[in-house]
Amino acid sequence: MVDLTELTIKQAHEGLKSKKFTSVELTKAYLDKIKTIDKEINAYLLVDKEGALTQAEEADKKVATGEFGMLCGIPCSIKDAIMVEGQKCTAGSKILENYVAPYDATVIKKLKEQGAVILGKTNMDEFAMGGSGENSAFGATKNPYDKKRVAGGSSSGSAASVAGNEACYSLGSDTGGSIRLPASFCGVVGLKPTYGAVSRLGLIPFGSSLDQIGPVAKTVEDCKIIFDAIKGKDPADSTSVELEIGNSKLEIRNLRIGVPKEYFVKGLDPQVEKLIRDAIKKAQNAGAKIVEISLPSVEFALACYYIIAPCEASANLARFDGIKYGFSDNSANDLRDVYLKSRGHGFGDEVKRRIMIGTYALSSGYYDAYYKKAQEVRQLIKQDFAKAFDLSAGGVDLIFCPVSPVLAIKIGERTNDPLSMYLMDICTVSVNLAGLPALSLPAGKTKDNLPVGLQIIGNHFQESKILDVALQMEKILT
Amino acid sequence: MISEQEVKHIAKLARLELSEVEIKKMQKDLSVILDYFDLLKKSPKVRPIITQSSLIKGYGATRKDEAIPQKREVVEKIIASAPDKKDDYIKVKAIF
Repeated sequence: MVDLTELTIKQAHEGLKSKKFTSVELTKAYLDKIKTIDKEINAYLLVDKEGALTQAEEADKKVATGEFGMLCGIPCSIKDAIMVEGQKCTAGSKILENYVAPYDATVIKKLKEQGAVILGKTNMDEFAMGGSGENSAFGATKNPYDKKRVAGGSSSGSAASVAGNEACYSLGSDTGGSIRLPASFCGVVGLKPTYGAVSRLGLIPFGSSLDQIGPVAKTVEDCKIIFDAIKGKDPADSTSVELEIGNSKLEIRNLRIGVPKEYFVKGLDPQVEKLIRDAIKKAQNAGAKIVEISLPSVEFALACYYIIAPCEASANLARFDGIKYGFSDNSANDLRDVYLKSRGHGFGDEVKRRIMIGTYALSSGYYDAYYKKAQEVRQLIKQDFAKAFDLSAGGVDLIFCPVSPVLAIKIGERTNDPLSMYLMDICTVSVNLAGLPALSLPAGKTKDNLPVGLQIIGNHFQESKILDVALQMEKILT
Repeated sequence: MISEQEVKHIAKLARLELSEVEIKKMQKDLSVILDYFDLLKKSPKVRPIITQSSLIKGYGATRKDEAIPQKREVVEKIIASAPDKKDDYIKVKAIF
């Protein structure tokens, strides 16, 4: 018999439809897999066995009626920054260790309406701050392809759970690459939607002008199914929008694909470069017109991002004061001491570092040199992409580039050097600064069997264009 | 290089208690990161342009500033997550 945990959403849906197996059987297969391998991988922070089986029983009733959606009865995992009512939601932090989510995030409401089965909550860098998953207060997630290496972050458990067949799909969040980077390192598909395409209600905020929830899945087709289920306007998130993201049915041979020269410079691992160049060559062989483009301001993107994101984080994380949620240091004498001690002892090193950077950059005397300057540079980056995607002026349909300049790093390799850790985000952050959608597609593996992701960037709300092309590229690349 | 005094001042503003060891490490880490930010000095000047929010209808829409009634159970759950409480109130330590 086939291993049920290897199925895609589409295949599992077909299996349920043709009564080859039930959702309860499918769910049990995943729970068994988690029990067997997760001690080693550490993808999950919480496994809700009873809850998942109850949801699976409900789903089976729906399946029996013959009227059920694509996600009905399909087991998934959820990044621990996204609230699932009644379950702990730690965001990978000690400060929220015992926090129980009082309501469902909008994306969870939508998945539950479809009859989804939620297996549990996945590991992540504390408050989504990190590119390797090592900043989790509950230990790093290991890469299923090489357990001495990181799974990538911050949605480390989301990507590892899908890659290791511990979930059929997952929801992650992406502030500076946190879906795409682990998807690339773990050889799965991850989509960071356009800012505003998916409601952020119920997502523990990091950088509110950058954060987006998105799917992690085994295939592009699965990613599209999940994205269609979670997208749309939510009255409770004023930045979300209802958009007609139609079916474009594009063909690669009619496309102009831009390759930004700034993403192929010093520091790019030769093995990554080769796989990405090969993928681009294959797109060209399929008839696409490859155009070298320039995004001159992306040179400043990383510095810009590491000012704006920490500034927003320092404001967002002010709510964790030892009074409203979770951890509180009892040894404090007065109110101010409660703040100082609870935050000082509750947050991990990287979170404290970013709060410090943000507070510094926003403080009197430094605001203009840092925050204001970064906002100006953000405009330049937006303009670069707007120009690149201006088809009427000879622009391109999509941009192809690496997700990460490096392969999955070894655990501990960069933990003592924060800046070198930040540099892993060099190809992903500009997408968030510009609010664009982008997808990480497995482009192949190195001789050591380490996956490399091709990043496909589109113009605002052109998810369907990205997904259409990724679907064709997926066929070409495998 | 950012001074130790500055690190202490920022930590105070950020309401973070840092140990002596943490202050030293923070001083070193922040200095490297702030040096990297100097790159932005090379970026060209920009004139303010229209932002994304003004281009998309409904983006950043506001609602009336009014209390939205919540179900009692939601209220209870929110109060329950506070570490220290009495009845429907969240308890805090004395201000001084």
